[in-house]
Amino acid sequence: MIFKVFKKQELARLYELLAVNVIVGPVGRGNDRHGKPLYDFDVVYDFDELALDYTQTVHSPKRFVLPYQETLSTFAVSRDAWEKHVDLNVYRPLVFFGMHACDINALNKLDLVLAQSAYPNPYYMGKRKNLFIIGIDCNPEPQCFCRSMGTDFAIHGFDLFLTDLGGKYFAEILSATAFGLLSQINCTDPGAKDHTLYKQATSGKNKHYTATVDTSDLTKILDLEFESKAWDYWGEKCLSCGTCANVCPTCYCYGVEEHVDLDLKHASKAKSLHSCNLIDFAKVAGGHNFRPKSASRLKYRYYHKHRGFVEAFEESLCVGCGRCGAACLADITPPAVIASVRGKE
Amino acid sequence: MQNKLHFIDILGKDTGAHRKEDPDSFEYTLPAEITSIYPLTATEKLYQIQIIDPNQRNRFTFKPGQFVMLELPGIGEAPFSISSSPVRHGDLELCIRAVGNFTNFLAKVERGTRVGITGPFGTSFPLEKMQGNDILLIGGGLGIVPLRSPLLAVLENRSRYGRVDIMYGAKTPAELLFTYQYEEWKRFDISLGITVDRADKGWKGRTGLITELLRERIAQTASLRENTYAIVCGPPVMFHFVCKMLTEAGLPMQKMFVSLERRMHCGRGKCCRCNIGSTYTCLDGPVFDYWSVMNLKEAI
Repeated sequence: MIFKVFKKQELARLYELLAVNVIVGPVGRGNDRHGKPLYDFDVVYDFDELALDYTQTVHSPKRFVLPYQETLSTFAVSRDAWEKHVDLNVYRPLVFFGMHACDINALNKLDLVLAQSAYPNPYYMGKRKNLFIIGIDCNPEPQCFCRSMGTDFAIHGFDLFLTDLGGKYFAEILSATAFGLLSQINCTDPGAKDHTLYKQATSGKNKHYTATVDTSDLTKILDLEFESKAWDYWGEKCLSCGTCANVCPTCYCYGVEEHVDLDLKHASKAKSLHSCNLIDFAKVAGGHNFRPKSASRLKYRYYHKHRGFVEAFEESLCVGCGRCGAACLADITPPAVIASVRGKE
Repeated sequence: MQNKLHFIDILGKDTGAHRKEDPDSFEYTLPAEITSIYPLTATEKLYQIQIIDPNQRNRFTFKPGQFVMLELPGIGEAPFSISSSPVRHGDLELCIRAVGNFTNFLAKVERGTRVGITGPFGTSFPLEKMQGNDILLIGGGLGIVPLRSPLLAVLENRSRYGRVDIMYGAKTPAELLFTYQYEEWKRFDISLGITVDRADKGWKGRTGLITELLRERIAQTASLRENTYAIVCGPPVMFHFVCKMLTEAGLPMQKMFVSLERRMHCGRGKCCRCNIGSTYTCLDGPVFDYWSVMNLKEAI
């Protein structure tokens, strides 16, 4: 890996160099009812719009690679034939300016299932491969348990990663494009002092975590505690609203619906992201529901994140961003659920 | 403009083989036509579906137990087990019960309707491994639908298998499927046992549970011989009792195969709707050996 350092004011120049492309970044979205600022990712048109010191966005960046709703194909239908047209809905590269390590790792995890396993999903891949990602370091929020999930640092899946060293940024470079960009601004190789500052910054971050999840042997414990009463406890609280999946950076489950156009000559097939907590998730034609109880659906969500995905890809699907717990109207958080399933509460 | 990022077209010109590892195969649907519709019962119909292009039709190969996604543009797409023999390639038979929005629409279409076929998907019954062995084919209700493909494949290669027993049960005589073929199947030196839960006036056959048929079969040989395989398709409650009985008769779990049913929206391990615990029914199934099923939470 190649490292560089540059003064903070150079970042605006870097932005200007990239401004010929569409840039997405963290922006302020007012305050919540406690007066805490809210952030989200959106297309930006000016460097000053970027809120690079953001805490955490309410939504994850996933909608830029996995839109909540997407047309998969359209049909031209005539009396005795039809023709299918497929559009991947990606037309230009996208620059992501300021993504935290958890979200970068979330995209890496989505790659495992959507791009690197059987039947790669071209709608995802087209958008994913056309992302230029500039990562930025963060300070842990109370809900963050990324350190427990091993996703507090990103080692791949970005082009450039910036760490704040006070007056300057420490840059990790992972792509030739990023290297070419940095050669157009004033930057230098890091010295011994920069190394020390970088190490201080990362160890300082580690001291701020308050939320933790004990992941040791979790796959087996989830099997052992499959009939645990803890699931019923949380299942009774759960509103089955699907908000957790909505804000989750790695929830990718979906449903497909087809529609006929008013002229009866055209039709379309559209995908919408779904949630395994919604009541109809596993309901089949004829009315049988494989997971009729909210407890069984909530359990399945944890099972998929922390057991099923581990079995398939040797790592958990959860990145520990804590968005689901922060957004949950019933105050269900992964650290509390997993601790109670372990019998620690 | 030197910093304008290069756009990457993931469906470059080099692709186009439509293999399952290629991204362009994801939404690749084969145009097909419903060539005939034959009502089997009040709610089930047998659809003959032919892939229109002769080359695509011949290249379409599947193994018994696999399923296809059947699409009607604008109406929907759903997974169906293939009921025909693999030697017929892309000249498929799908037996479909009118039970949901899509299948009720399908019940109203006429022959000649253009549909789309994607697949085949999923795992299959290991018929090659079963060669030289005795085979028990046990179906309950709609379970005969995924069972018919391995059944026809076994009959077409009858000499390669030992003793073949087919056991099939339905709730009532009116719900029995493929009744017109029973005599034909019997000509292949097999034993065919049919039972219904509730008889009606004209019914001259057996009444009772399918486990009764199985008990009699097991009693004939005291225990199941080592070289026996079983294929079990039916409702979860049937799996439970039949597989338990087979286990007690000495059949190892890895020699029993079941076909499971779940909701599916993609068939490609992406929508997660068919997940059972940690497994995709569409990729790792629908055919599982009984050991895998026992090992899965909430499978049956």
